[in-house]
Amino acid sequence: MSWDWGAVADFLPYFVSGLVVTLEALALGSLISFALGLVWTLLLRTPTRWVRWPVGVLTEFVRDTPLLVQLFFLFYVLPEAGLTLSPLTTGVIGLGLHYSTYTMQVYRAGIEAVPPGQWEAATALSLPVRRTWAAVILPQAVRRVVPPLGNYVIAMLKDTPMLMTIGVLEMLGRARLVSQQHFQFTEPLTVIGIAFVVVSYLASLCLRTLERRLVR
Amino acid sequence: MTAGLWELVLQGTTTTLQLLVYSALLTLVVAFVVGAARTHRSRLARFLAACYTEVFRGISALVMIFWVFFVLPVAFGWQLVPMWAGTLALGLTYGAYGAEIVRGALAAVDPAQREGGIALGFSPWQRLRLVLLPQAVPEMIPSFSNLLVELLKGTALVSITGMGDLAFSGNLVRLALQQSGRIYAYLLLIYFVIAFLLTRGMRVLERRLKAEVAR
Repeated sequence: MSWDWGAVADFLPYFVSGLVVTLEALALGSLISFALGLVWTLLLRTPTRWVRWPVGVLTEFVRDTPLLVQLFFLFYVLPEAGLTLSPLTTGVIGLGLHYSTYTMQVYRAGIEAVPPGQWEAATALSLPVRRTWAAVILPQAVRRVVPPLGNYVIAMLKDTPMLMTIGVLEMLGRARLVSQQHFQFTEPLTVIGIAFVVVSYLASLCLRTLERRLVR
Repeated sequence: MTAGLWELVLQGTTTTLQLLVYSALLTLVVAFVVGAARTHRSRLARFLAACYTEVFRGISALVMIFWVFFVLPVAFGWQLVPMWAGTLALGLTYGAYGAEIVRGALAAVDPAQREGGIALGFSPWQRLRLVLLPQAVPEMIPSFSNLLVELLKGTALVSITGMGDLAFSGNLVRLALQQSGRIYAYLLLIYFVIAFLLTRGMRVLERRLKAEVAR
């Protein structure tokens, strides 16, 4: 096995800008998944069965099918429907939609973990529904929700390389370009493999610290 | 869609299922070996197992697949058949997640059970095989069921390297027909049906195993 440090130095800046694209997709995808997951959770709590049933089926379907195929679906179907978006936008929508079906379960568990006595107390104080949520339920739910949400952000980080397949130049996409141009596979692919381990390890360290603070 | 194209999809489905079975078996082996090593007495074994899970959970599955397909042949001269390369990449990656499931379930067994095994003079291996695993395995099933669905979704990644699985054959059909929406909707539906059958099957397995422990 031969290792070429010169090549690593050459393409490193190129990969760093790829990492920026990765993190950008991650940030936007996370925001969409957080918001959309909350929407699903609230829709599943509505009393109307005609709302709950389709939402339940749709989210289960999205959760159990490959993100890769979903990305292709969005990438080729949206233009057919007259909506032409950039690859990065399409990818972010795909990531956000896929992971919203996971965050939805996190929210549900978080809300259900608030003791029923808290709801009863709010009713006894005749707090309006809005204030019950804002002042009683959500502050307690958030504490339980943050650590698992963070886990899904880390999981999403590891799914961002899939955006390569629809033409986003994130880290793996760049590594593939470099390795095809120079016919050098070992260095680019190993470097981004290490980059992923480092970033996700750092992220999980941050998450653990945050968890400890919240639990206290 | 013509009959020939459906046949292509059928072939892709078979390849996907084949890959799923092989990589699930490797995942299981890795999960139990690494998971048990994380509860081992020796500090070195625990450290190595922890390193393994950190590294393989940290690398993206897709990056791992690229590494196995493109770096192994060039750097080490190991050219694997695509099916085995895919199995290796998926099994090693998802095995790291499985190891955490095994570790958690072993840790959740009542400590008195372990002590009971010691009191009866069982060797560590006998304790694991006769006392801990029969109680821990039924608890692992729901998590392994989730992992299996994740693995199924992971098999689609291998299509990028040109392996003729379901996602790959779907791309060929799309190119042949020049219409995308329907084809990808069919693909998603096929994946969903497989996932649905998997989770139902695992539920049956869980009920059986739990009934056995209760006896």
